[in-house]
Amino acid sequence: MSGWPLYEVFVRSKRGLNHVHVGSLHAADDETALRHARDLYTRRNEGVSIWVVRSDHIAATSPDEKDPFFAPSGDKVYRHPTFYAIPDDVPHM
Amino acid sequence: MADLEERFDRTIERDQRVEPRDWMPDGYRATMIRQIAQHAHSEIIGMQPEGEWITRAPSLRRKAILLAKVQDEAGHGLYLYSAAETLGADRAELTGMLIEGRQKYSSIFNYPTLGYADVGVIGWLVDGAAICNQVPLCRSSYGPYARAMIRICKEESFHQRQGYELLMTMMRGTEAQRAMVQDAVDRWWWPSLMMFGPPDDASPNTARSMAWKIKRHTNDELRQRFVDMSVPQAEALGVTLPDADLRWNAERGHHDFGPIDWSELQRVISGNGPCNARRVAVRRAAHEDGAWVREAATAHAAKAAGRVAGTDAGMGGGG
Ligand SMILES: [Fe+2]
Ligand SMILES: [Fe+2]
Repeated sequence: MSGWPLYEVFVRSKRGLNHVHVGSLHAADDETALRHARDLYTRRNEGVSIWVVRSDHIAATSPDEKDPFFAPSGDKVYRHPTFYAIPDDVPHM
Repeated sequence: MADLEERFDRTIERDQRVEPRDWMPDGYRATMIRQIAQHAHSEIIGMQPEGEWITRAPSLRRKAILLAKVQDEAGHGLYLYSAAETLGADRAELTGMLIEGRQKYSSIFNYPTLGYADVGVIGWLVDGAAICNQVPLCRSSYGPYARAMIRICKEESFHQRQGYELLMTMMRGTEAQRAMVQDAVDRWWWPSLMMFGPPDDASPNTARSMAWKIKRHTNDELRQRFVDMSVPQAEALGVTLPDADLRWNAERGHHDFGPIDWSELQRVISGNGPCNARRVAVRRAAHEDGAWVREAATAHAAKAAGRVAGTDAGMGGGG
């Protein structure tokens, strides 16, 4: 099995929802990865759609939460609705 | 380094999850890999005692149920190997350690399933004990392990209920069937209590695992919880639990129970249970007999990839 690449598995549990990462598995190729994913992660109708992607094809940010990568969004409080004071008696806002 | 350690400690302290690529102490990583691997091995070996009864289950309905249950256990093993890999462990290596006897699995699976009632008792007591152990692990500090546990716990409920229902059916049957159930309960009760591991005062790693929030309760706490849950279930079923000292203690608000024969657990863990050799041999044979399938799939994938590459080369004119 060590020869088989690792795949990450994403499942859409029902229409209207995003695919969500559920785990990983090893498979010889994309086709068998999908079949294994079906058998392993959707034994009880947990999914209507599956994506598999080779783990080594995923690019990821550094795990460090203090990474300056995320800094640009840290100080922009005006992007949130709570930044704006509106009197209580203004309806539907 | 001190900075990283501090951040790790803070994550644990705030009850946040440690995620795969985070810095973590070597001891945490090693403990986590060992625990997840042993857990995975237990699920995989755990297919055997019940799997032996699939062909002998008394009806198509019972065969289908048992097949689904055993298939779930395979799934549990794979969820867990997947979690172990996020820590840098290699799945093939873990399987190697299991079949070479270098890593352990739960001692409970080294007992034989002598009758069909054993299938029911395993579902009720063994899966029941597993649920007791696993529910708190859904909040374990290592993210992928906790998430695997959530998935597993959802499925375990079916395991326990099908076992208990099977036993209820047998208890409504003949005198001989009731005797089979009682006999199975007598054999599985004490090994089930041992599933929670050695008593707290003989469990040196518990304190560290609790500090790291890998474990949330001690072995003895979980064992007590299991006894308290099982007593009314046994009553409802109409069986007796084989312990003369078992009685309600109003003062403690818990059931007292008799002393556990820890030398038996020691014996089984160290390889001398009734089925240790057979369980590992069967796992090894399954792995070795499956080698040609793995090789064939690899060869097929390589050939298909070659075809695609060949087409591309033809279309692009090579270079
Ligand atoms: Fe399981
Ligand atoms: Fe189970």
